[in-house]
Amino acid sequence: MSDELNINKKRKNQIKTKSSAASGRGETDIDYVRPAELPEQDLYHGHSFITKWIFCQDAKVIGVQYTLTAVFTGVVGLILSWMMRMQLGFPDLFPFLTAETYYQMVTMHGMIMVVYLLTALFLGGFGNYLIPLMVGARDMVFPYVNMISFWMFFVAVVVLMASFFVPGGPTGSGWTLYPPQAILEGTPGSGYGILLMLISLSLFVIGFTMGGLNYVITILQARTRGMSLMRMPLTIWGIFTATVLALLAFPALLVSSIMMTLDKVLETSFFMPTIIKAGEALSYDGGSPILFQHLFWFFGHPEVYIVALPAFGIVSDLISVHSRKNIFGYRMMVWAIVGIGALSFFVWAHHMYVSGMSPWFGFFFATTTLIIAVPTALKVYNWILTLWRGNIRINTVMLFCLGFIVTFVNGGITGIFLGNVAVDVPLSDTYFVIAHFHMVMGIAPLMVIFGAIYHWFPLVTGRLMDEKLGKWHFWVTFLGAYSIYFPMHYLGFIGVPRRYFEMYDSPYMTSAVGMNEFISVAAFIVGAAQFIFFYNLVKSLRLGKPAGKNPWKANSLEWLTPDVPPTHGNWGEKLPVVHRWAYDYGVPGAKEDYIPQTTAPSEVKDAEVEKT
Amino acid sequence: MFTGLLFLAVIIGSIVFHIWTPWWWTDIASNWSAMDDTIILSFWIGGGVFILVCLFMVYCIFRYQYKEGRRSEYKPEDKKLEKGLTWLTTIGVVALLAPGLVVWNNYIRVPDNAIQVEVMAWQWGWKYRLPGQDGKLGASNNRIISDDNPYGLNIDDPNGKDDVFVESNELHLLKDRPVKILLRSIDVLHNFYVPQFRSKMDAVPGTITYYWFEPNKNGEYEVLCAEYCGVAHYAMRGKVVVEDEESYNKWLLEQETFSSFTAKNRNNKLNKKKFVKINNLSSNKNSILKEQDVR
Repeated sequence: MSDELNINKKRKNQIKTKSSAASGRGETDIDYVRPAELPEQDLYHGHSFITKWIFCQDAKVIGVQYTLTAVFTGVVGLILSWMMRMQLGFPDLFPFLTAETYYQMVTMHGMIMVVYLLTALFLGGFGNYLIPLMVGARDMVFPYVNMISFWMFFVAVVVLMASFFVPGGPTGSGWTLYPPQAILEGTPGSGYGILLMLISLSLFVIGFTMGGLNYVITILQARTRGMSLMRMPLTIWGIFTATVLALLAFPALLVSSIMMTLDKVLETSFFMPTIIKAGEALSYDGGSPILFQHLFWFFGHPEVYIVALPAFGIVSDLISVHSRKNIFGYRMMVWAIVGIGALSFFVWAHHMYVSGMSPWFGFFFATTTLIIAVPTALKVYNWILTLWRGNIRINTVMLFCLGFIVTFVNGGITGIFLGNVAVDVPLSDTYFVIAHFHMVMGIAPLMVIFGAIYHWFPLVTGRLMDEKLGKWHFWVTFLGAYSIYFPMHYLGFIGVPRRYFEMYDSPYMTSAVGMNEFISVAAFIVGAAQFIFFYNLVKSLRLGKPAGKNPWKANSLEWLTPDVPPTHGNWGEKLPVVHRWAYDYGVPGAKEDYIPQTTAPSEVKDAEVEKT
Repeated sequence: MFTGLLFLAVIIGSIVFHIWTPWWWTDIASNWSAMDDTIILSFWIGGGVFILVCLFMVYCIFRYQYKEGRRSEYKPEDKKLEKGLTWLTTIGVVALLAPGLVVWNNYIRVPDNAIQVEVMAWQWGWKYRLPGQDGKLGASNNRIISDDNPYGLNIDDPNGKDDVFVESNELHLLKDRPVKILLRSIDVLHNFYVPQFRSKMDAVPGTITYYWFEPNKNGEYEVLCAEYCGVAHYAMRGKVVVEDEESYNKWLLEQETFSSFTAKNRNNKLNKKKFVKINNLSSNKNSILKEQDVR
């Protein structure tokens, strides 16, 4: 502690004298960066294996812990989706798949993928690893709370997985958990299953809140000298805004989980009206099922952007680095992220156009929903305009970015269909919806996650991933997933409803049989292709080409640590000082085609920099 | 090269699939063709944007592939271009939203001459109630549902006396006459959905929801439950028959009214009571006999 503080103080004094000397001479020092106003805080360094790797306070290790746990749940979700596709494609082939198990798999697949994989991976995984590195901090501001955040998440996952083994099995109420059916007999897992789900979600929210406070405060308080908000990489902007959304939205989920638990255990009637079962009225009376839907989607819609915004941010950085070009319209990108985040709190009821809520809401929510399309479209334009006149490396990372653009634009446009209230009436609750949200919220963010893993793997491990395997992984995943979800929209046009265990022999649905078989086969292949990725991960961890420092020639701070992979405390003795934004690629007059954020203007005097 | 071509193939494949798809919507059998039109409009505008964006992307892949030593253009912002794109997008969005809102406005305003039909959903099936000669449905309450009063009707409400009970999955509707569907549920959420009518709405226990349409093609249509309602959700099917006045009236006459139902039920009950008495006696006798045996 004392050593570092002394160094810091000394440096501060130096800076002071330097700047006063400069002003004394009546000249402005072009390298001047305002000095830090507070001394650095020291970190707790783990000594034993347990404090270093298990109950660890280093955000980087916590990030990896989050990532591994989330990926594990993702594999469970993947296997569940395989089993669902077996049933849908080849209904009579697997007698062990009953309607009960089918609905349980649907539910667990949905909840795992949305909350336990995507949210945890983007914010817990990438957030923890990248925030301190990219803003130039030594760690999160509350490392201990950060550690507890992960272990809360871990317990939440254990509770969730435990529900597979309790009597009655996991809940089969659909991932939206709509009451009254979620807690009534007639839905599989309406006993222990739903209770464990609600408990697990509550734990998740508690754990997330601890992590989320850390992300926000670290970004606001612990940025290094010179890292102004408008110099932050878009990754950080995306994660920051998503975390703010999550901190505001998750309480609604917590509240509805608690109320539903009470309805289940104490037979209160928050969401439960008079219900007649087997000719007898149950003890419930006067509750509102629609109230739950409002609470759920008040969380659920921002949740979409909690996943999407970090993906937007990350993909902006990946595209910029690998097309060797500044991100186009940085300021607009920032305001678009913030604007989308704010608007996302005013659109929730577009999930409820045909729920029986007041029909007048339809006008309001359709309008707000379509307004959100404007900033979103601008982001898309800026991504492709970043490619334009760039110098594009077609590597695995870039391929995943391109795959993201195609799937995101596709899914975004079908979102405009569904957001437009009158169009939603025929299409809601059909396969069109399934296709839409898997394209825009499943495949598109996954493309970014894969791209990001290929991109930052060298930073985390010091080794590059195998490009050849990576390209195979991309093409099978992208083409396969696209051929699953693109045709699936057309099932929705026919009118095939979602959450149907079996289609039976409806005349207009028989034409869907062939397509269902095709989609199932594609799903098996895409799922299997992920094992190429896992093989690549494990292989590259041991045998990958050593990456060295900054293998992609990127500008942002995380690549500029003294050690690769970065060690605890990230920056060695001195914190980096930032002189520019993260996108000075291809600056005319500069020697290299990139200028890292720490490069002082005096070092690149001839560079004709526009934005700093 | 290879990359650009494959992405191009994906775009062209999507267009080709869309044009020649054998999977398309069912022939419409209601007045809501405006919904189909709005979808088509969305396809033109949305599809156009998708194609343009992706083609531009493919062009960039071909044109600006990495070359050692080449510099990309350095131009952080282009205010004019950004402004232009913002306006263009806004116009596109308005063009989509405006017709959608007009259709929605029609959807929530029921015409005055609509026949009211109550759809009553339960786990897992449908039944229906039609107003009698007076054209009005009697007031109802789920709390008082019983074997004698399967729809929970308020016995003091005169409007309910002549209400027609359709205690089967099959509903008949008049062609070319708007219907106001009033949705009730006695247990969980359901949704009364006939793909050919395009329209749908959830049935929510504890409240009554509605929507309307005008069937305009004779025929039999399958009813699907479109809101997940438990383990037999997929099997919760019903049937709607759209027909001309003559056959409709014939069907209507075969149905029971609330008063005829109550009368019949009373008789049944009397019989049942006798039956129960006899039954009880005999079972008592049996148990006595058994007890004696044991002794």
